[in-house]
Amino acid sequence: MPRTGPGTAAKRTLVWLGVMFALLAVLLGSGSIWGTASWSPKLALDLEGGTQMILAPQVQGGSDSITEEQLDQAVEIIRQRVDGSGVAEAEINTQSGRNVIVSLPGIPDAETRELIQASAQMEFRPVLFGGPGQAPAAEEPTPEEELPTPTAEPTDASDPNWITADIFSEFEALDCTSPEALEPAEEPAPADQPMVACEPNTQGKYILGPVEVPGTDIDSADFGMQRGAQGQSLNTWAVNIQFNAEGSETFREVTERLFAFGQGDPRNQFAIVLDGTIISAPTTNAVIPDGRPSISGSFTEESAAALAEQLKYGALPISFEIQSEQQISATLGADQLRLGLIAGVIGLILVAGYSLLQYRMLGLVTITSLVVAGLLTYLAICILGWTENYRLSLAGVAGLIVAIGQTADSFIVYFERIRDELRDGRGLVSAVENGWRRAKSTVLASKAVSLLAAVVLYFVAVGNVRGFAFTLGLTAIADLIVVFLFTHPVMRLLAMTKFFGEGHRFSGVDPKKLGVMPLYRGAGRIRMPSATPESAAPRTKNKAVSGEIARRTTIAERRLAEQKAHAARSNGTDQEEK
Amino acid sequence: MRGNSFARFGNDLYSGKRSYPFVGKRNLWFTIAAVAVLVSIIIPIVKGGFNLGIDFRGGSEFTVSSVENTDITLGEQAVTSVVPDAVPSVTNIAPQTMRIQTERLSDDETLSVRDALISAYDVTAEEVTTNFVGPTWGEDVSRQALIGLVVFIGLAAILMALYFRTWKMSAAALIGLVVVMTVTAGLYSLSDFEVTPSAMIGFLTVLSYALYDTVVVFDKIKENTADLDVSTKRTFSEQVNLAVNQTLVRSINTSVVAVLPVASILFIGALLLGAGTLRDLSLALFIGIIIGTIGTLFIAAPMYAWLRMREPDIKRQEKRVLHRRSVEAADAVATT
Repeated sequence: MPRTGPGTAAKRTLVWLGVMFALLAVLLGSGSIWGTASWSPKLALDLEGGTQMILAPQVQGGSDSITEEQLDQAVEIIRQRVDGSGVAEAEINTQSGRNVIVSLPGIPDAETRELIQASAQMEFRPVLFGGPGQAPAAEEPTPEEELPTPTAEPTDASDPNWITADIFSEFEALDCTSPEALEPAEEPAPADQPMVACEPNTQGKYILGPVEVPGTDIDSADFGMQRGAQGQSLNTWAVNIQFNAEGSETFREVTERLFAFGQGDPRNQFAIVLDGTIISAPTTNAVIPDGRPSISGSFTEESAAALAEQLKYGALPISFEIQSEQQISATLGADQLRLGLIAGVIGLILVAGYSLLQYRMLGLVTITSLVVAGLLTYLAICILGWTENYRLSLAGVAGLIVAIGQTADSFIVYFERIRDELRDGRGLVSAVENGWRRAKSTVLASKAVSLLAAVVLYFVAVGNVRGFAFTLGLTAIADLIVVFLFTHPVMRLLAMTKFFGEGHRFSGVDPKKLGVMPLYRGAGRIRMPSATPESAAPRTKNKAVSGEIARRTTIAERRLAEQKAHAARSNGTDQEEK
Repeated sequence: MRGNSFARFGNDLYSGKRSYPFVGKRNLWFTIAAVAVLVSIIIPIVKGGFNLGIDFRGGSEFTVSSVENTDITLGEQAVTSVVPDAVPSVTNIAPQTMRIQTERLSDDETLSVRDALISAYDVTAEEVTTNFVGPTWGEDVSRQALIGLVVFIGLAAILMALYFRTWKMSAAALIGLVVVMTVTAGLYSLSDFEVTPSAMIGFLTVLSYALYDTVVVFDKIKENTADLDVSTKRTFSEQVNLAVNQTLVRSINTSVVAVLPVASILFIGALLLGAGTLRDLSLALFIGIIIGTIGTLFIAAPMYAWLRMREPDIKRQEKRVLHRRSVEAADAVATT
C-alpha cells in the first residue's frame, strides 16, 4: 500500500497542526476571558499615539558605563516618578542594556518631562522644626510680626537660625495632604539651604536644615531582623545603612550633635530626603561612630525592603539625557496603521494573483499557506502581547508585509523542485516526495540565514529596528512551521487527487506544460531497442524486467539522451562564447 | 497564455535548451558591477553626502496631519513667532500633511511651537506629532546597526561555510553582498530620500534577503556540482551556470512575489503618507530586493565559479570533459 503511507502521515501532520492552532486559540481565548489578553494585537505608540522617550542614563561624575543593576534601578526610579506624577499606563523598559524607554499615552506636560530627566537626589538633612501628623496647612498663618527671625548667622546645620520668616511661612502654607505636595520636586532645594518637606508615611511636615550627608556617601543598604545588644535577634525589622569613609566621619559628627538634643526635641531627628520628599525621619538614639546606622521602628518586611531599596538609589545619582522624544498624534498613528494594512492587503492580492498565474491551482496552496502562516503569526503576536507585553509597531507591520515575500519563497522553492522532478518524468506522488527532500534542505538553510539576521538585529539594534527584527524572526518561524506542517502534507494529499495527480490543465503540474510530454514521446521512441543510444545500452541490459523497472529505466534513458544532446549543443555554444 | 509560455521557459532552462551565460560572460558582469559600485560611491560624494534624516542630524520635527491650508509660510511664521532666529524647513510631505523641521528646540520652545502650529494650521492637538532627537541618538542607532551588520555577516559567513563545506561559497556570497549593498545605498542616495532609521532597517533587511537568495541558488549549485569528480558531462563552470539557469524561474518568481507587497507599501506610502517609516523602508527594500536578486545571478554565482576554476581538481575535470567532447565530435564526424 505505497499510496496510503504518505497519505496517512500527511493527515496525521495536519491534525497536529490543527491541535497546535486549537491550543494557541484556547490559550488566547482563556487569556481573554480570565486574563488581560485580547484578540487584537497590542499596538505600539507610533500606531496608537502617545509619547515615547528614549533616555540614556548618566551616572554623575562616574564612569560612563552602566551596569545592568544600575539600569534596573534607573528604570525603578523613573517608574516611581512617573507613577507619582499620576500618569496611568506608562511603560518603562530597558533596551539593549543601555537605554531606558518611557512610553506614555498622550502628551506629558513639561513638568512630567523634567521629572523624568532629573537625577534622583538623596540627602540626609537634620530636622529643625515640625514632626509627624502635622500634614494640613495651618488654618491661620502666624501674623507677620510673630514670625521667627534669625538672630545670628547659623553656626551648624541644626541651628534654629536657619528658620527665616520666609521658610516658616512656606512651612505653614505647605499642605502635605494634597497630592501635589508629594510629587517629586522639580528643582531640588539647594544643598546649603534649608527646605520644607513632607513625610507621606507619617503625615509629617518638617523644616530641614542644609544637607549634611549626600546620598552618594552610602556604600550599601540592606534590611533584616534587628539585633539586640547581645547579638540576639529581636523580632522587629530594621534597615541597615553602610556609609563610606567620608560619610561615616560626617555621620558620626552629625549623630553626636543630634543625640545631644535628647529625645523629644524635634532636632534630635534627621530626615532622609529623596527627590524632595522625606522617605524616613528617624530619631537619633545613639552616636554612630562606625558609619553603620540601623533604622528600626514599625517596619514590616515590605516597608523595610522598600526603604533599603530607596537608600540604595542614594548611592546612585543617575540623571537621564533625552536621546529622542516622539509625540505621535493618535490620528497619524491610525492613518499609518490603516494605510500599512491597505498596502499589506493590496500586496497580498498581487501575490495571490501572481501565484495563480504562475502556478494555477497550485497557487491556491500558496495562498492558503500564506493565510495559515498569517493566522499563526497573528495568534503569536496576540499571545506575546499578553504574556510579554509585545507591542506591534509600524516597523513591525512593515516586517510582516516584507515577510509575505520571504514566506512565499519557501513554497516557490518547493513547487519548482516538484516541477523539476516532474520534468525528469516522475509521477506526481514521487515528485512531491523527492522534491520535498531537496527543497527541505534549501528551505532550512535559507531560513537559518533569515533567523540569524533577525536574532542578531534583535539583540544588537536599538529603537524600532528591534520591532522589525522581532516580526521578521517570528514570521520565519511561522513559515517553517507552515511549510513542514501544512504545505507539504497538503501537497502529499493533493498529489493523490485526480485533478492534480493526472495533471489537469489548470493544476499547475500539467506534464504537457512542463515539457514532460514531448520528452515522453521522444522517450517512447528511444525506448525501442533500435533507437537506444549506445551509451545508454548498459543501463538497459536487462530488458526482461517488470514494467515498473522498465518505466524507471526509461527515465534514465531519457535523461541520458537529453544530456547527450545538451552536451553536444553546449559544446557548440561554448565555442561561440570563447 | 503567459503562464504556459513561462512554464515552457522554465522547462527550457531546466533541460539546458535555453541557457543564459551567467558564468560565461562573467567578465562583462564583473565590469558592469565594478562600474556600478564606483558610480554608487561617487553619487553620494558628488551630492555632498547622504541626505541624512533628523534622527542622524539631531533636531526637532513637527508633523501636522489633517491640514486644510497647506501654506508653507504659516508653518514658518509659527516657528519664528516662538523662536525668532530659527530657520525652519517646512514641507508639504503628503496631502494634508505638513512637516516642519528646526534645529533642536528646548522643551518650552517645543511646546510653544506646537501650540503655535495648532493655531496656525487650525487643527486639534491630536493632529500634531513632535519628534525631538538628541545629538547622539543617530550615532547610537548607526553604531548599533553597524555592529549588527558586522556580527551578522561574520556569523552568516561561518554558517554558509559550514553548510556548503567550502569557504569559497561564503566568499563569493559576501562579495556579491558588498556589491548589492553599495549599489542599493547609491541608488537610495540618488532618490534623495532621507536616510532614516527606517531606511537602515531596510538596508539590514536587504542584507538578509540578498544572502537568503544567494543561499537558495548556491544550494542548487552545490547539488549540481556534487558528483563532479565522477562525471564528464559538463565542466564545473557549466554546472554552475546550469544551476543558476535552473533556478532562474524561482529567482524571478520569488523576487516578483517579494517586490509586490513592498511596491504596494512604497506607492501607497509615497502617495498618501508622505515621508515616514513605511516609505523609506520600502524604497530601500524595493531597490535592494531587485539588486539582491540580480547580484546573486550575475555576481555571486559567477564569482564562485571563478574562485574555484583554477583548483587542480576542477581543471583536471574540465580537461576530461573537453577531451570526451572532442572524441565524440570526432566520432560524429567519422560516422557521418
